[in-house]
Amino acid sequence: MSLLSKFEPLRAAHSRLTKRGHDPFSVVFEEMVSSTEGIMQGRRTVLLGTNNYLGLTFDEACIEQSVEATRRHGTGTTGSRVANGSYDGHKRLEADLAAFYGRKHAMVFSTGYQANLGMLSTLVGKNDHLIIDADSHASIYDGSRLGHAPVVRFHHNDPEDLAKRLRRIEKESGDKLVVVEGIYSMLGDSAPLKEIAAVKREYGAYLIVDEAHSMGVLGERGRGLAEAAGVEADVDFIIGTFSKSLGSVGGFCVSDMEGFEILRLACRPYMFTASLPPAVIASTRQALATLQGESGLRAQLRSNADQLYSGLARLGFKLGPEASPIVSVILSDADKAVAFWNGLLERGLYLNLALPPATPNSSAFLRSSVSARHTPEQIDFAVRLMGELGRQLGLLEAMPTEVGFAARGKVPRAAAVSDG
Amino acid sequence: MMDVTHNVRAAIQEALQSILERPVELEPEMNIVADFGMDSMAIMDFCMALEDRFDVSIPLDKMAEIESVQDLSRTIETLLAKG
Repeated sequence: MSLLSKFEPLRAAHSRLTKRGHDPFSVVFEEMVSSTEGIMQGRRTVLLGTNNYLGLTFDEACIEQSVEATRRHGTGTTGSRVANGSYDGHKRLEADLAAFYGRKHAMVFSTGYQANLGMLSTLVGKNDHLIIDADSHASIYDGSRLGHAPVVRFHHNDPEDLAKRLRRIEKESGDKLVVVEGIYSMLGDSAPLKEIAAVKREYGAYLIVDEAHSMGVLGERGRGLAEAAGVEADVDFIIGTFSKSLGSVGGFCVSDMEGFEILRLACRPYMFTASLPPAVIASTRQALATLQGESGLRAQLRSNADQLYSGLARLGFKLGPEASPIVSVILSDADKAVAFWNGLLERGLYLNLALPPATPNSSAFLRSSVSARHTPEQIDFAVRLMGELGRQLGLLEAMPTEVGFAARGKVPRAAAVSDG
Repeated sequence: MMDVTHNVRAAIQEALQSILERPVELEPEMNIVADFGMDSMAIMDFCMALEDRFDVSIPLDKMAEIESVQDLSRTIETLLAKG
């Protein structure tokens, strides 16, 4: 017995998985050719699983700003903003974010994960209540655990169940904070935010929307689901990340709440970690400006997402409930999913493999995320390859040939443990 | 109280059978993880089915403490008594 013996079942499961091909959790790219292609084991590989929604990782202006900031301000801040002080860029990025969302306050975190960890653990105390969607991202679960408030889950995307949960604690003292996501990262489905906002109002709760996957993707100005659903006034806090549509790393929270600034002295995942380096701050500021200035990118993203979703649906794959930049193929046989994923990678297509227990009902997902920078040819390549290999593996035989699962509107719930 | 306990145990048995898709004989000291081979997500979903059945919410920290059938039964009974 050793300290690590408790991980033996995990080690055994991982070993069984890697015996069947590549390790889906340790893929290495020797080089990135562009925001949509990398080199893996000497082979050009189309990247269809990197959440690079607007493809800004290779944006010339972002790179220029980043290089310039490094030359002027150095490679790192070597500590937290509370201890070492903020750089001008941190404050400017916060002002940019507040202006973008039309909010009074913004706070930048070093990752999106830490933004959830920080806000959820700090906003509610032991006498308050946290109510989260059952399919929340791991960072929401972990933020819930770091804090001291009792946490209850409501059925995924079910406003009636949320109301029921709030009713059960209606008479209890303390504030109630509801957490939902703009786009859920596993199946690409959105929260029914209008209905959730109505429940929130009825019970006098507060509402957080994590727009990690919907910022730069949904809404006329790219603010996310709250904008698209027309309920921004009901959303008390918006949390987001820089590591998806903005092509860098970091997280944030914006709000109009009076007294918000005190959180900088109470929120431990903000206070006790190194702040983002100048290069990241500079490219993120530029990316946010590009996001606002080039609405064509969002239109292209939608068009690419539709092309992939409809292509896979036509082949007969079982998909998530709606076309969004996250398109997941749902498979009932985990072994075949592993073979499918390996086969695609060996033929030059990278996407994400999600396996039980991270997925519900012992199903497995092959999760794609589309970029505005994907060419129609790259998407066509992905659809054709998935069709060919899917048929070879017998994945398409038992499925309808014309309209996929998605069109019937029946969806298993997504996984609570998912990628960032 | 005996009636409540009986009802809760019966509901646990029913929910377990439905999730595992096989008949289950319950003993109070049975370990939900080890004896039924459920992973963390399955346990949370199983608890959600019981929450719906009894119209209670089991907070996640309480859920994490549950190991045996008896722990689960007592947690639900306490919530019912409180409600």
